[in-house]
Amino acid sequence: MTPQRQARREQLAAAPINIEVSHVHKWYGEFHVLRDVNLAVSKGERIVICGPSGSGKSTLIRCINRLEEHQKGNIIVDGTELTNDVKNIEVIRREVGMVFQSFNLFPHLTVLENCTLAPIWVKKLPKKEAEAIAMKYLERVRIPDQALKYPGQLSGGQQQRVAIARSLCMSPKIMLFDEPTSALDPEMVKEVLDVMISLAEDGMTMLCVTHEMGFAKSVADRVIFMDRGEIIEQNVPDEFFNNPQSERTKLFLSQILNH
Amino acid sequence: MTVQTTSAPIEKPPVTEVGAIGWLRANLFNSKSNSVLTIVCFAFIVYVIQAVVPWAFLNAVWTGTPKDCQAPGAGACWAVIGEKNRFTLFGRYTYDEQWRPALAIGLFLLLVGASCIRRLWGKALIWAWVGQVFMWAILMWGGVLGLTFVNHEQWGGLPLTLMMSVVAIVVAYPIGIVLALGRRSDMPAARGLCVAYIELIRGVPLISVLFMASVMIPLFFPEGVSVDKLLRAQIGFTLFLSAYLAEVVRAGLQAIPKGQYEAADALGLGYWAKMRLIVLPQALRLVIPPMVNSFISTFKDTSLVIIIGLVDLLNAGKIAVNDPPWRSFYVEMYIYIALIYFAFCFTMSKFSQRLERDLSKATSR
Ligand SMILES: Nc1ncnc2c1ncn2[C@@H]1O[C@H](COP(=O)(O)OP(=O)(O)OP(=O)(O)O)[C@@H](O)[C@H]1O
Ligand SMILES: [Mg+2]
Repeated sequence: MTPQRQARREQLAAAPINIEVSHVHKWYGEFHVLRDVNLAVSKGERIVICGPSGSGKSTLIRCINRLEEHQKGNIIVDGTELTNDVKNIEVIRREVGMVFQSFNLFPHLTVLENCTLAPIWVKKLPKKEAEAIAMKYLERVRIPDQALKYPGQLSGGQQQRVAIARSLCMSPKIMLFDEPTSALDPEMVKEVLDVMISLAEDGMTMLCVTHEMGFAKSVADRVIFMDRGEIIEQNVPDEFFNNPQSERTKLFLSQILNH
Repeated sequence: MTVQTTSAPIEKPPVTEVGAIGWLRANLFNSKSNSVLTIVCFAFIVYVIQAVVPWAFLNAVWTGTPKDCQAPGAGACWAVIGEKNRFTLFGRYTYDEQWRPALAIGLFLLLVGASCIRRLWGKALIWAWVGQVFMWAILMWGGVLGLTFVNHEQWGGLPLTLMMSVVAIVVAYPIGIVLALGRRSDMPAARGLCVAYIELIRGVPLISVLFMASVMIPLFFPEGVSVDKLLRAQIGFTLFLSAYLAEVVRAGLQAIPKGQYEAADALGLGYWAKMRLIVLPQALRLVIPPMVNSFISTFKDTSLVIIIGLVDLLNAGKIAVNDPPWRSFYVEMYIYIALIYFAFCFTMSKFSQRLERDLSKATSR
């Protein structure tokens, strides 16, 4: 293990726990989609979640900001437990940003309006201030010149970068990514990954569902493998990729790495 | 592998593809059956024109007395319109005061015109419409500013038709939105109530809603309070239209992808902010055509108030031609009224098409 890795590991061990998922179960009707999931994420930690289609990756991260409701177990985000209490849910959603596979930008609003909407209506910032913040983050994702366009006029990669900027405008403490590059043409994947890498370098706590193994190797502190609603294996990237323990992980890795 | 070394010359298209002949060939005579259809349609159009034009224009009597119209060989008797115009347009409104409803209609048309100009959209226009409501009240009722009072029992004709449809549309629109949201809400009580309301109202003919409104609405008010006929009809229309608009809006809500709701949730927007800022603006934009369809229906349906004895535009025209000497010229009167209805409906339709085009151009979708 390199000294940098070692230092990073110690730093994370000392950091407070930011997300705590314990014994979480979830069902869709009869279907047991999450089965006793346990996961603790330290502040500033970068986690990549992978696994076969239908294994419950999206469901897990969507439980963290309550887009889906879990039926058993506890989820505590930044000290607040997710319950049916609407107040708690609102508090957590302000702290947690989310980026979707299909961007989900608001097509009737300009890029700038997409970014200022939540700061103005949720945080009640004055419009001028919200716009200044939005421009700062649009510069950060390198598309300030597109601010007055509508999402429909942008390329997929640009749209996804706007979606990231839109989330960042709420200054979240945690960012969730659900396959942010899967809907993109290959030549646009890099521009989005670059933005995510720079976010990671700034110390953002990130949970990222992705099959970009290069990204996992270079950015993740921990890689989690899920299958059929369970966390099968988790490890630091070097170990995870070079020395997988379970048969299912080996099978999965052989399938995606051989492409 | 082959490589193109010389480029093909740029040529003009063949003559048969361009110009009037090209167009005729491509659109009207491009196959045997189409050629036959074209000829048949052309013959039909010629037949209709030769039957209508002499009656409507060449032999028509534009001014004069019923005697002139009954002269042998006389065509359409447009004179009846000039003679009965004031009654048709204003009903039983005090004759000497009819400049007031005329002015009110003028104001209304002016504002409609202004609303068609995109550049004028803004707060000022909204205030102008609010002001318009007061102007109408002052002009139609009077009783202030030295205007003599005219009871609304006397209102009739075009102002009545316009007022009933505009008020019904403006009031039913928000009610329809709330009903549509209620029908899709998670709260069983709210949902049940909205579904019951919508299905009940949609399940009965407008005529019976109007009858019910005129019979039942007084029952909801304490004894001694009389709710007059006009208001009752107005409530009936509004209730009816709101149920239809609710379904139109619901169709729009259903067309909004789940991802939009999720993105709004993930940003921490509450229910009302999410609906008002994200979902409704998109949903309402999608349903402009069926929405305007409902508006147009309502505008024409106001003529049903005849059954509870109100004198709207159609009824006024009908009463006007009851005058014995003019009685045989009701066709001309109905054509005139139809043209007025058409002008308004066509404007609405054109306006909605423009609106749709402008909005989709803005987001280039
Ligand atoms: N709303 C729902 N109702 C019923 N079943 C659902 C629902 N959403 C997801 N599922 C099922 O739950 C399982 C897990 O779904 P999930 O989206 O979490 O998988 P995933 O690991 O993200 O897969 P992918 O890689 O394809 O995105 C799948 O079998 C899916 O069919
Ligand atoms: Mg998924």
